[in-house]
Amino acid sequence: MLAALILVLAVGGLLAWQAERYGANAPRWIALMTLIVDGALLIPYFAGGFPEAGVWLDDIRLHWIPRFGISFHLGLDGVSLLLVALTVFLGLMAVAASWTEIRERVGFFHFNLLWTLAGVLGVFLALDLFLFFVFWEIMIVPMYFLIALWGHENRAYAAIKFFLFTQVSGLLMLLAMVVLVIIHQRDAGVYTFDYFDLLQTSLELNTAWWLMLGFFIAFTVKLPGVPFHTWLPDAHTQAPTGGSVILAGVMLKTGAYGLLRFVIPLFPETVADFSPIAMGLGVAGILYGGMLAFAQSDMKRLVAYSSVSHMGFVLVGLFAWNALALQGVVITLLAHGISSAALFVLAGAVQERVHTRDMNRMGGLWTDVPRMAAIGLFFSVAALGVPGLGNFIGEFLVLLGAYRVDAAMTAAAALGLIIAPVYSLILIQRAFHGETREIHRIRDFGARELALMGFLIVATVWIGMYPQSMLDVSDTWLKNSLRGWGEGVAQPNDSQPPGERLADRGEP
Amino acid sequence: MITTTDLLALLPLIVLSAVAVIVMLAIAVHRNHRLAFLLTVAGILISLITVPLVSDLVPRLITPLVLVDRYALVFTVMAYAAGLVAAVLCWEYFRVREGHQEEVYLLILTALLGAGVLAAAHHFASFFLGLEILSVSLFALIAYPLREIRALEAGIKYLVLSGVASAFLLFGMALVYAETGTMEFAVLGGRPGTFPSVIGTILILVAVGFKLSLVPFHLWTADVYQGAPAPITALLATVSKGSVFILLLRYGLESGVFRVPVVSVLLALIAVVSMLVGNFLALRQNNVKRILAYSSIGHMGYLLVAPVAANVVGGNLAAEALLVYLAAYFAMTLAAFGVVTVMSPADREAEELDDYTGLFWTRPWLATVFSVALLSLAGIPLTAGFIGKFYLFTAGSHGALWMLLGALIIGSGLGLYYYIRIVFQMAQAPAALQARPKARPVGAHLVLAILLLLIFGLGVYPAPFIDLLHPEINVPKQSAAQQ
Repeated sequence: MLAALILVLAVGGLLAWQAERYGANAPRWIALMTLIVDGALLIPYFAGGFPEAGVWLDDIRLHWIPRFGISFHLGLDGVSLLLVALTVFLGLMAVAASWTEIRERVGFFHFNLLWTLAGVLGVFLALDLFLFFVFWEIMIVPMYFLIALWGHENRAYAAIKFFLFTQVSGLLMLLAMVVLVIIHQRDAGVYTFDYFDLLQTSLELNTAWWLMLGFFIAFTVKLPGVPFHTWLPDAHTQAPTGGSVILAGVMLKTGAYGLLRFVIPLFPETVADFSPIAMGLGVAGILYGGMLAFAQSDMKRLVAYSSVSHMGFVLVGLFAWNALALQGVVITLLAHGISSAALFVLAGAVQERVHTRDMNRMGGLWTDVPRMAAIGLFFSVAALGVPGLGNFIGEFLVLLGAYRVDAAMTAAAALGLIIAPVYSLILIQRAFHGETREIHRIRDFGARELALMGFLIVATVWIGMYPQSMLDVSDTWLKNSLRGWGEGVAQPNDSQPPGERLADRGEP
Repeated sequence: MITTTDLLALLPLIVLSAVAVIVMLAIAVHRNHRLAFLLTVAGILISLITVPLVSDLVPRLITPLVLVDRYALVFTVMAYAAGLVAAVLCWEYFRVREGHQEEVYLLILTALLGAGVLAAAHHFASFFLGLEILSVSLFALIAYPLREIRALEAGIKYLVLSGVASAFLLFGMALVYAETGTMEFAVLGGRPGTFPSVIGTILILVAVGFKLSLVPFHLWTADVYQGAPAPITALLATVSKGSVFILLLRYGLESGVFRVPVVSVLLALIAVVSMLVGNFLALRQNNVKRILAYSSIGHMGYLLVAPVAANVVGGNLAAEALLVYLAAYFAMTLAAFGVVTVMSPADREAEELDDYTGLFWTRPWLATVFSVALLSLAGIPLTAGFIGKFYLFTAGSHGALWMLLGALIIGSGLGLYYYIRIVFQMAQAPAALQARPKARPVGAHLVLAILLLLIFGLGVYPAPFIDLLHPEINVPKQSAAQQ
């Protein structure tokens, strides 16, 4: 089943590419169908309920390169299930959002879109470090093409910057992985890249520090954390709408996922020492990203910087590593995925109509496009964290959890809640309110776009009103991760996370 | 005393020599391009078939000169296969050009013979002979289009620098011999290295550095790559460099020179400088052949990780890493130059970056092959290049060569930039509709398809190939080889 999730997207991508000869709409429909099929494959997992005992809802393990103990090992637990569902959902939104925007090489576009999503799903599912790295890199290449081929005016620069940042940091991670495996091999006598085996590796503190840094940099580049965020505004701004949706909604989450799945469980002691620095980076991201967002006149760039700010909360929450903060992280990931995707769709729609992203040339659009403006207002308000909508729950929980670990840091992070309304509302102010600076004859959202936005609105309200439904899914994962940690980072991790659980379920 | 079994073990080399003679006679009797080509292809195929027959007889030391073992045989297969690809590319390339083309195949066969000897060389004499057979064939091949001024320039350049390198090599060997009184690698290993022999070893390494185009001995590379006909560049980039590398590892391990501190530090330094300089120089190039030339300098630097690590990790892992990386490097380099060959119209070569603008939309198949080859050179997963790089990471981390691995990461980052630049150029909107060459190069397309499959095959499911190499590959250390 798990392999099928990825395979469906890969095959669908190839089909969509080839289908171009049957007209421009064929690839679009094929991509849509593929994602719907993928979504349908997920239903049994949600319907099956979430047992208290077993963390792993499903897994598959096949030999791949026995020489180095590399296997094709996929596993699905609560948190990956949520992220996988988010990926498929936003994939659908991305296809819908690109329906009229992409007019050239439609087949190849959808091929790249679906393969990026396949790579992302692989990242969320892989439990073999080598396999994880393969997927990690695989999603970069098609995303590069999405930006480089269908992007806006400065696309070549943005695409290569994106590629270089992620690839080079990825190689650092590969090096750290290989060293970890070799240390494990010296102790245990066998090569293995399996996640559960490597969790048992005992490391010297000094070595662990360097290895952790290798992983941390790779994931923080993707997240992005503050010193490594410079690729993000360019890539997000230059990408076509569908690409921006995937980038902001899904791909950034792979960085957070890597941190919570690999960095913290693999190097618990080191992380305990490192967490003030990481949380500091997170706070810096919240404030710096927010201020930069405010200073932008480019609509997409503003949204991009706001992502830096929101992902800062994720970093803070992850390294606080207690139940509240982690619940907050999960909700923030989902809610930010949806709200940023919606804002990028909106910005893309504006650009498609007005042919500029420069907010100095907009103003007074509300009279022309009331529906767009109202929806824009809704998601701006969601992004700034109004209670009742998803983002609020996430950020609030993060702050609540982080407060127990480091009050001063949390207070600084909370300042982000003041900056967020400023930059979110300035977006609405400058684009939709005020005097009309240029006359645009543009059409408002049509049925397709309204439906798309309707889904996103429902999702945001759902997360805001009933977050427990999401938290239930990730609950067992959360409890398991925290076992032996108490409420905080300080204790060493002596009980082993879910290794034995897998065996409980009768591993194939 | 040479026994029948010894002769049998030498079959891959003997058959190839015989084929060279046959092709030469055939050209003398009836000068026909197609005939020479077909004879060559058949000959190489037959030589390839003999390899599995021989594989039961190895390892076998035949006279003190040659040691046929699995390590040599695996590389021989790779070299012959590369020669086959080069022959097919030459057929497509020279078919539409003027002049007598038949001798190209003869020279390719002798070059392969030299590579085969080098791979099995176990003695300074066979080392030198193999290298010279290979180099002399290459002089002629590079300058084969006699009326092209650039090819002549490249040929002369390679000839002069190669001659200098050979002089270094001979002098180095002489110094080592004067000191130790032996030319056998394995026997050398028993002798303590003293001053003159260390100097001699360094001189030998200088010569090897010339052949491998390692910095600072790389100055010929870009001009020769650019001047030589594209299929010949492919041969030069793969067979010539690969065989010298194979030899370097064997020589270093058996004679123990890697254990001499000066030598291993020098090698590590050369590796780092090659990775960085090669990739840096490639950044500003606009000529595809020159980009590939500089990138090959970087790749040779990456490959040096295996010999440098061999001290710590032992010959087995080093040999395995070297062979896996070489296999990947062969496939992707041949594919890249194959595309350049097919793209070249009859009157010139498609070597400027502009020639590739919009290739995705005008000739999607070639663009796909080229992009896959370039992504593989950049080491993106699911391609062979990634598995090779992974092996180097493993060998390097085992050996704790952090400086080299750091340089490898920086080099790969730089490399990514110029590889992706070519891919980006191909994805642009085509400037103007270019006229396709009239001839339909079916053979070349077939070869490219096979190479594409190989790149993906090695990248997606390398287990069978690795099983082939591991753990039987045994580069004997010192006395093991003396029967």
